[in-house]
Amino acid sequence: MASVCFYFQVHQPRRVKKYRVFDIGNDPHYFNDEGDNKTNNKKIIDKVAEKCYLPANKVILELLQKYPKFKVTYSLSGIFLEQLEEYAPHVLDSFRELVKTGQVELLNETYYHSLSYLYSPAEFRRQVRMHRKKILDLFDYEPESFRHTELIYNNNLAKEIEDLGFQAILAEGADHILGWRNPNFVYKPKGVSNLKLLLKNYKMSDDVAFRFSEKSWSEWPLTAPKFSQWVNAVNGNGNLVNLFMDYETFGEHQWSDTGIFDFLRALPEEVLKNPDNDFVTVTEAARRYPVMDEIDAPHFYSWADTERDLSAWLSNPMQHDAARKLYELEESVLKTKDENLINSWRRLGTSDHLYYMCTKWWSDGDVHKYFSPYDSPYDAFISYMNVLQDLQLRIKEKLNADV
Amino acid sequence: MNLSVLMFGWEFPPYNSGGLGTACEGLTRALSDKEVKTIFVLPKKVGVNADFVDFRFANLQNVKFEAVPGLLYPYVTAEGYLKALAESGGNDIYGLSLLEEVRLYALRAKAIAKREKFDVIHAHDWLTYPAGMMAQEVSDKPMVAHVHATEFDRGGGNGINSDVYKIEKEGMERADKIAAVSQWTKNIVTYQYGIPANKVHVVHNGIDVAYKPRFPDRLAKLKADGNKIILFVGRITLQKGPDYFVKVAKRVLEYSPKTYFVMVGSGDMEGQVMQTAAYLGISDRFIFPGFLRGRELDQMYQSADLYILPSVSEPFGITPLESIANGTPVLVSKQSGVSEVLSHALKADFWDIDEMTNQILAVLNHPTLQETLSQYGQLEVGRITWSEAANKCLTLYQQILRA
Repeated sequence: MASVCFYFQVHQPRRVKKYRVFDIGNDPHYFNDEGDNKTNNKKIIDKVAEKCYLPANKVILELLQKYPKFKVTYSLSGIFLEQLEEYAPHVLDSFRELVKTGQVELLNETYYHSLSYLYSPAEFRRQVRMHRKKILDLFDYEPESFRHTELIYNNNLAKEIEDLGFQAILAEGADHILGWRNPNFVYKPKGVSNLKLLLKNYKMSDDVAFRFSEKSWSEWPLTAPKFSQWVNAVNGNGNLVNLFMDYETFGEHQWSDTGIFDFLRALPEEVLKNPDNDFVTVTEAARRYPVMDEIDAPHFYSWADTERDLSAWLSNPMQHDAARKLYELEESVLKTKDENLINSWRRLGTSDHLYYMCTKWWSDGDVHKYFSPYDSPYDAFISYMNVLQDLQLRIKEKLNADV
Repeated sequence: MNLSVLMFGWEFPPYNSGGLGTACEGLTRALSDKEVKTIFVLPKKVGVNADFVDFRFANLQNVKFEAVPGLLYPYVTAEGYLKALAESGGNDIYGLSLLEEVRLYALRAKAIAKREKFDVIHAHDWLTYPAGMMAQEVSDKPMVAHVHATEFDRGGGNGINSDVYKIEKEGMERADKIAAVSQWTKNIVTYQYGIPANKVHVVHNGIDVAYKPRFPDRLAKLKADGNKIILFVGRITLQKGPDYFVKVAKRVLEYSPKTYFVMVGSGDMEGQVMQTAAYLGISDRFIFPGFLRGRELDQMYQSADLYILPSVSEPFGITPLESIANGTPVLVSKQSGVSEVLSHALKADFWDIDEMTNQILAVLNHPTLQETLSQYGQLEVGRITWSEAANKCLTLYQQILRA
């Protein structure tokens, strides 16, 4: 039996606007770019909603209604959801429609899609709780499984997630972790008793997410029947086909004219033609299938770039500096008990801010370049650090005023 | 490929007053490494022994030098030329105007072109175009005109010398191919000189040493009290934006008073710059070491915290590469050719004093920004080589020989 497990990441940061040294002490608003720049968050939500969220949700809803066996899993970051509430409530409604079908699972993550686990386990737990509350408030849903920011994962994290009571966690099916194994089974993290681990089948996921429109690819064009053949081939040597990807694959990374929506629309029927195939959510997969082996991941790794490590966020001196300085403010900002300041501080913890400061131009350089709203990683760093300085001033002011 | 090139230049290190001599040397050496034979024609200054050239390049097997008597040197105004002519004692007076000297050079070139065997002609900038064209006529061999600078750069928007413009235009029209040191320069050649774009090829300049050895800090005493150094290197003339440098200094000092501004070089605007600094009340923060080269110049780069190229119109700009090779990060004007090849550099429009101030202060306040720019800059500069430039020239030679 081959169960297709679709997992879609849905996330948008609050991008920091161009913030100069002259703004320090004069402008307490960091995320409110209203101009024509690439840091105008509302504009981005509107654009991605039009190209991806709305059309993709429409197709998914159709499929969920037409095929009761069709299931998908989403993780919707808190910072994404609150922007939908602010800028595009109708898009939030379309996600609600999906969840209402009962065939959609929602995962828990950190509200701010942050790297807090690396710097402050206490803050990490707070953000997990906040996200839980958001999902409950907006969808009346309680997640059972977890996925960490950009699938950053190691044994210690797994233990933490088990302690928090989750059923399963996701990670990248990286070669150096799998060794001789394949990602098409349920695994158990080293050091836990009950938590299950689902690993991304990166080859098949990237066939859809990256190679789909590449005419030079030997398998182009990728059709639903062809892909289903590959799913069928897993039968006998695996239980799962873990297709984990950014939801923006549908319409943003792969534009509509590549045929990506038609592919998606045709896929469930093709897959289900084989009676041995079906679709599962993450927790269903974790419950249904036996653990094949234990996975040992002593060091952090992720689903990012070719290195599958933390270098996208923490490889140059600027990135380390920015992250450190941010978490140095944790104690004092929480002490202010000022919602505004604490909120701003947390928004600055979204992993994207560090991502924009990445200077690895050699491998995957273009990917970084394309996804950054700044002209250079240095511009990203400069605005971010100026903002931190302003925040620091405001914290000091507040604490002095309270004394 | 056993190619022979008849190359017309006008200066070589150490007897050069700017980047053009450096460029000619770098290119010639690289071509020599690729087994290209070069006959390099060089005007010698009155009183200077032609042997220095042979001595200097004794190890260059494929280069033969021809020294042509004359008083040509590249940056002089007609006024300055007359002054130099008078100073030289007037022993070698062939004509009283710069343009007549240029034509005389061309006549001398005729004799050399008749005598020597070569496949292509390569002429560097307007002073040598008449020589190149003469050689072209006499030998019937094709010519590459190499544009290192144009009257439009030199004028800085203040009006151009129409005699020089005519010679530049004629040279570009008569050339079989044009090498421009940047896209910036190519644009000027196509728009201001009406040359078809497909005739103009971008051949970026390069640098041969990406990692210079560390020298003792020349400005250690100055920096002792936590002072920072911002460096300018270049001719102190309109094109290089020295007045913008002073304006930026004023702004930066408002936020970071412990900063020194070092201007290495000399030029017609020296006096004006010193006066402006005095008028703005900041002359105690300015240092003018004069023209430096070699190790002394490297020491300056190494002592600085940041190098700035505030040029109004810079065809390329080798000095930022030299700075980075010495480990010091750069802020370059977007109106420069070098900004096309550097990603690990800060960039701003030359007139944007505020943005430059913003970026400079960020470097002064965040050592990790400085560190990251330096580290990744050096890696990048290691790939911007004269070998690359020579390869492109070779391709041009092959193209014109095939036609």
